Amino acid sequence: MRIVTGKPTQGTVAFERTGDATLLVRLAGPWHLRRDVPSPALALQELDAKPPPKRVSFDASGLTGWDSGLVSFLAQIGDACRDRGVAVDREGLPAGLKRLLELADEVPEQAGARVTESKASWLERIGAVTIGYGLSLGAFLSFLGELTIAFSKFVRGKARYRRVDLLQFLQDCGAGAVGIVSLIAFLVGVILAFMGAVQLRKFGAAIYVADLVAIGTTREMGAMMTAIIMSGRTGAAFAAQLGTMKVTEEIDALTTMGVEPMEFLVVPRVLALVLMMPLLCLFADFVGMLGGAFVGITMLDLSAATYYRQTVAAVTFVNLFGGLFKATVYGGLIAIAGCLRGFQSGRSSSAVGDAATQAVVTAIVMVVVACGLFAFLFNILGI
Amino acid sequence: MAETSVEDSRGGLPAIEVRNLTMAYGSFVLMRDLNFTVSRGDIFVIMGGSGCGKSTLMRHLIGLKEPATGEILYSGVNFTRADPDQRELMLRRFGVLYQGGALFSSMTLAENVGLPLGEFTDLTPGQIREIASLKLALVGLKGFEDYYPSEISGGMQKRAGIARAMALDPEILFFDEPSAGLDPISSRLLDDLILELRASLGATVVVVTHELASIFAIANNSVFLDAERHTMTASGDPKELLVKSKDPLVHKFLTRGEEGGQSPVH
Repeated sequence: MRIVTGKPTQGTVAFERTGDATLLVRLAGPWHLRRDVPSPALALQELDAKPPPKRVSFDASGLTGWDSGLVSFLAQIGDACRDRGVAVDREGLPAGLKRLLELADEVPEQAGARVTESKASWLERIGAVTIGYGLSLGAFLSFLGELTIAFSKFVRGKARYRRVDLLQFLQDCGAGAVGIVSLIAFLVGVILAFMGAVQLRKFGAAIYVADLVAIGTTREMGAMMTAIIMSGRTGAAFAAQLGTMKVTEEIDALTTMGVEPMEFLVVPRVLALVLMMPLLCLFADFVGMLGGAFVGITMLDLSAATYYRQTVAAVTFVNLFGGLFKATVYGGLIAIAGCLRGFQSGRSSSAVGDAATQAVVTAIVMVVVACGLFAFLFNILGI
Repeated sequence: MAETSVEDSRGGLPAIEVRNLTMAYGSFVLMRDLNFTVSRGDIFVIMGGSGCGKSTLMRHLIGLKEPATGEILYSGVNFTRADPDQRELMLRRFGVLYQGGALFSSMTLAENVGLPLGEFTDLTPGQIREIASLKLALVGLKGFEDYYPSEISGGMQKRAGIARAMALDPEILFFDEPSAGLDPISSRLLDDLILELRASLGATVVVVTHELASIFAIANNSVFLDAERHTMTASGDPKELLVKSKDPLVHKFLTRGEEGGQSPVH
């Protein structure tokens, strides 16, 4: 007889060969998962030892307690015995334990139920990813098409949506975002001013910080920072709202009521963001220049009047409206990304989370790409 | 006279007719060769084990999924081949209760019930409100007009969902697992409500369920979907199927797998 584990507070297992090629497994002590149970590998070694046993039986007279640790141990021995064609005699086990093991064996494993990980070659994976991109581009284009149809209905006054919803979204996307937009815009103004000040002071041209901040915010940073804030704030919210409506079957309910979800849910959201983005951007421009002025007046010893005059001279109509135009386009892109990802969401809570994440990523990527295109276009047009 | 004859000929046609319907997700065939008819005024139950495609069949019937093959006809009009405008008109004659109620969370109960009325009728807001209140009263939710869906219990949400499904006085009501997540008493009350609605409105009712008690209490027609064989294995009145059906799985389902009519464990 061989005792394998032996701490007194722990379950023990011992193996014994009896005459007629039987392996007797003696279980003793408390078998609890919390106290760490012996590994089934020991039993497998014993099963494979020469001469191979024909039967396995159990003696549990020394057992003082057990939980799933023992059930799992015995189930694994049972599986190993079945593979090796060894008979298992469970008579020696407590009744409850025997019943649990029978229950686990009752329904045989369904063929094909186990997930087998197929090893795809790298070419196959590249192909799958490429096809995935192609499909998602198709989905994006068909979404754009449907949105265009819905908007054409809206323009003709035929779209079905609730005016209350539109007002609600206008407030959420507009007034509701002013606080965070001001904070970020002010800080960006401060940062721009500091960066400029370090260089410009070397030439005694500190006053040009005002020009730098004015042109920088109106032309690029105002629209860009507002777009990034709104992607995280509103784009993600749109995706989460629509994704949840998909989970709760509200979108299906609209469809079967004969109400087009595109008109009812997407049009007011896109419209609200497109209308509010230029206003937020204008506000961000103003606050950004205030941030620059703060640095100019407190750190660079410029007078408020000088800074103001310099700023007014630097802000041009083209830069200001170029920025506002960009902000409007960004607003459309963010709303479309949010709604598209929301509609594509799966029907589970984790899928809604994924949809929100993807909405932000998609929106920011599209905004940055658009920004690059605008820079290129403005350059060609000489703006 | 001519009018009555048209009415008669329409009345003679089954409310729903499904012909050779195959449901598939991509290349995976969920169910094939579904053929059944539902007569006007029937309470028709789609039954079968979990995950066999009961809800998917309902989604096909209400046009949320397109059949892989086969067609669905309502009063002899082909729904599957209908053009979008015609289909929208047909959809307006349906009322659907979704599993979780699917109430719009940003709207009060009265607004939820009133939404289809506002979209498809020329009623004034005051009249819509009146009708919404009436429909809510019919399902026992008098006085809850201005509550939001999140402020009421699951059973009440289901009933509000029924009120919304009934808003346009539909000819066919669809219920997706009406008793899921309800206690036995609420689920029994819901069964009574379904029977009452059928009696008072004369609507045809299609119910997806696997609750045996409900099935025997309300249904007079049914179809049984077999997940293993991927097709329907029985149709007709479930009380008759219990006695007559030769199919072992149908019998097992209808008796909860208890041979010799043992009393239920629970």
